[in-house]
Amino acid sequence: MASSGLERTNDFAFKIGTVNGTGSASANGLLMQAIFRMGIPVSGKNIFPSNIQGLPTWYEVRVNRDGHIARTPRFDLMVTLNPTSVEQDIAEVVPSGYVVHDSSWPLDESLRREDVTFLGVPMGQMCVEAFEGARARILMKNILYVGILTALLDIDTEIVKGLLREKFERKPKLLDSNYLAVKMGYDYAKEHFEPPLPLRLEAMDETGDCVLMDGNTAAALGCLYAGATVAAWYPITPATSLMDRFLAFCEGYRKDPETGKNLYCIIQAEDELAAVGMVLGASWMGARAFTPTSGPGISLMSEFIGLAYYAEIPAVIFDVQRTGPSTGMPTRTQQCDLLLCAYASHGDTKHLLLFPADPSECFELAVRAFDLADRFQTAVFVLSDLDIAMNDWACPRMEWDDAHEHDRGRILSSDQVDALDAFYRYLDVDEQEVATRTLPGVNPKGAYFTRGSGHTKFGRYTEDSAEYVEVVDRIARKIASSADSLPEPIVMSRPDAEIGIVALGSSDGAVREAIDRLAERGVQADYIRIRAFPFHDSVEAFLEAHDPVFVVEQNRDAQLRSLLTLETNVSQERLIPIRYYGGLSLSADHVLDGILPHLGELGEEGALEKGSVAGGEDDTGSTATTTAPGDPAAKPKVGAS
Amino acid sequence: MVEHIRKPKVRHPGLRQNALGLTRRDYEGSMSTLCAGCGHDSITSAITQAFFELDIPPHRAAKLSGIGCSSKTPTYFLGESHGFNGVHGRMPAIASGANAANRDLVYIGVSGDGDSLSIGLGQLCHAIRRNVNLLYVLENNGVYGLTKGQFSASADVGTKSKRGVENRQRPIDPVLLALSIGASFVARSFSGDKAQLVPILKAALTHKGFAIVDIISPCVTFNDHESSTKSYVHTRERYHEVVGADFVPPAEEITAEYQAGATEGIRMHDGSLVRFHKIEENYDPTDREAVYEYVSELQNEGEVVTGLLFIEESTEDMHDIHGTVDTPLVDLPMDRLVPGSEALSELMESFR
Repeated sequence: MASSGLERTNDFAFKIGTVNGTGSASANGLLMQAIFRMGIPVSGKNIFPSNIQGLPTWYEVRVNRDGHIARTPRFDLMVTLNPTSVEQDIAEVVPSGYVVHDSSWPLDESLRREDVTFLGVPMGQMCVEAFEGARARILMKNILYVGILTALLDIDTEIVKGLLREKFERKPKLLDSNYLAVKMGYDYAKEHFEPPLPLRLEAMDETGDCVLMDGNTAAALGCLYAGATVAAWYPITPATSLMDRFLAFCEGYRKDPETGKNLYCIIQAEDELAAVGMVLGASWMGARAFTPTSGPGISLMSEFIGLAYYAEIPAVIFDVQRTGPSTGMPTRTQQCDLLLCAYASHGDTKHLLLFPADPSECFELAVRAFDLADRFQTAVFVLSDLDIAMNDWACPRMEWDDAHEHDRGRILSSDQVDALDAFYRYLDVDEQEVATRTLPGVNPKGAYFTRGSGHTKFGRYTEDSAEYVEVVDRIARKIASSADSLPEPIVMSRPDAEIGIVALGSSDGAVREAIDRLAERGVQADYIRIRAFPFHDSVEAFLEAHDPVFVVEQNRDAQLRSLLTLETNVSQERLIPIRYYGGLSLSADHVLDGILPHLGELGEEGALEKGSVAGGEDDTGSTATTTAPGDPAAKPKVGAS
Repeated sequence: MVEHIRKPKVRHPGLRQNALGLTRRDYEGSMSTLCAGCGHDSITSAITQAFFELDIPPHRAAKLSGIGCSSKTPTYFLGESHGFNGVHGRMPAIASGANAANRDLVYIGVSGDGDSLSIGLGQLCHAIRRNVNLLYVLENNGVYGLTKGQFSASADVGTKSKRGVENRQRPIDPVLLALSIGASFVARSFSGDKAQLVPILKAALTHKGFAIVDIISPCVTFNDHESSTKSYVHTRERYHEVVGADFVPPAEEITAEYQAGATEGIRMHDGSLVRFHKIEENYDPTDREAVYEYVSELQNEGEVVTGLLFIEESTEDMHDIHGTVDTPLVDLPMDRLVPGSEALSELMESFR
């Protein structure tokens, strides 16, 4: 048996290639959950097609004792079960790695590599002998590889059994066949391969304070705890599961105990225009309302978003970003809607954006989004992405403070309206930049006309220059003043740091890993993770204090860098764009590949060898590049002081 | 701006008061800025009258609109109601969201033929499907007024614009459309016939669900000429009332005289009664297929069929369909909405 020769306990990655629609997702989830319960830092990335059944799909699992859970493109072990992808799968394994394949059929000799170990298991044949019916045989093959990997990687068998028991508590027949499939795989591997492999797991105590959750579930939970009652949406990948989960939570927690009726209203709209229109209508009426969508939905919602901005109506919009303009790649991830959301709609507009980095922050920032929307009477975007939203992350447990006071902003009660001489919707009586509002149905004296057409501070229609300017200037000041109330950036400083790195959202894990790897080469980097727009003052201060500053982001056109140069006084050439936009989750390799060439000797000495990233990734954008197209200011800059 | 000249509220002692002690003046809005003679102003007056007669507290109504001449009119009635002048063709979405949040208010949406039948056609159809509890007034004049006289989707074939251009595209008829996709209340009237319009609006406001009232409302500036089929003259000539409707509020029911034979009544969900006088024999406003056939036949002959054309009072509205609580969602306190820390820590265990 070949061996990598390296002790790789709790530090490796494996990948499973299957056909979508065959039930492999639950097997993969089971593996991931078992490792999580062993207390080992783990991450799983589901790479799936925009298709119901029949196309290749992969699941990548990385375990890392140091807590690095960003995606890695280097796979030490591959389970390849899809004839369509077998060639690519085998090519992706690192030298000295392992390939687990179904040996019911002979493997094409031309695919064999000398530098990896092939572990053949006649999975198909075993399932045909042990199970009845085509569907069961296909499903059990997935559970069979769970058994094989349990043996090979030394996964705690009691945990695997326990998970199966929890899952099939009420279906003893299914439990039996699942047990059997796991045992068959486990026994076969024990008998034939002398496990465990040098890639093995050993229980740790690193996940006790964590949960395993995807970002859409966490965001939905945030909406529940924010007290959202009206939700409108149009189905779109990768935002759909946010509403699915919100509905599930509402069914569990939002039933009137006496009547069984719903303390919520979820409307599946005819399109995204209607969905956001409903959010505005409900928010205007005083409910907390939201819509989850993705980039194409934001494009359609833009007109209404401008109305929310100008008529000052709260709205919470989740943009779960996916790849590309137009339809793009709906099942791949990117951070490509930053500019779209920051200035959505025609005319002068600017919106509040929040950037969660993991599911825990999806929960936290979802709750804050509603408070901010009410406080500033405007649209607030929560920009997550497919990676955060649809993959399971080991992330800190979510907590709730029962003393939490939801900030409903400046809403006048009926008594408060009565106490006024007169109510005017947009009159900034106390120079807070945010005027008071009244809710319909409360007090006749509080009635006003909401309109997207030109209006005065009294809420009346106008075509007068001065009256128009007075209102839009106040709105501009209001949005600018929000920066101090938004989630602050998180700064990680190192002594004697030579360079600065800026990133946001799901880039966090890869950037932090890259910073550790830079430190191993003797390069110290300070890091600021932006969590909101308009930018907090400390963002500009960080940019001013570092030279060069690398702006790491997951889009082609360096949108974060553009935003930074538009919204701060920092000159463009100080900001070196590090971009990855191939649609897979960002890895530390992408970040290092982008930064190292700029570090002169340091970079050259320790630069990653080309080819160390296994093949098989898409060509475009698979390597981070550092110049924005047509951007003369983005010339490579050499040398850290 | 003229629009914001509030009409002085001088309370003449002789003015009739409704059950709330309010006069019709309390249901008015600002001065209209529409062209003199515009059909829309007559509709505004009928809407004002209907709300007054139904004793609806003005602040318990919400008025919404899209963009266009018709959509300006909510400023001209119910000055003490919250109003929402949204974006072009999207009033139904805002109304749906507002109604979802607060089911206790009375909702009126005002739209035009451009707003409803072109840019907002999808929104109109889906609001009908959701059966949002909303009076949807479609002020139909066959042209775009604010952009100076282009044909709308309701313009009939052969209609000539003021500049002499002939429309050759078939119209979308809101009544037939609404009937075909399951609207629960469909009426057509004429801005020049207040006697017919007010009871229809009252019935529509009382109807539980989506009530569409298509009102032919001549555009005196761009579409009141000889070759127009939406002019005052044409509409009066081809006007064909099939059922007359009386609205009988619940309180007056006992004293209302019930005439057997020619009249039949439909009970509204609040207990009030809509009485139909059948001008056309055998016309049954509860038989969707028959109504569709009748209206389209007469339409082919160039007749404008008016009246409360179809009503189905037993349908589920948006809140029934969604199983929402009777209390408006906006009135639910946070402690009924937020499960609390204990529930969350329990939930966290299921994500281990």
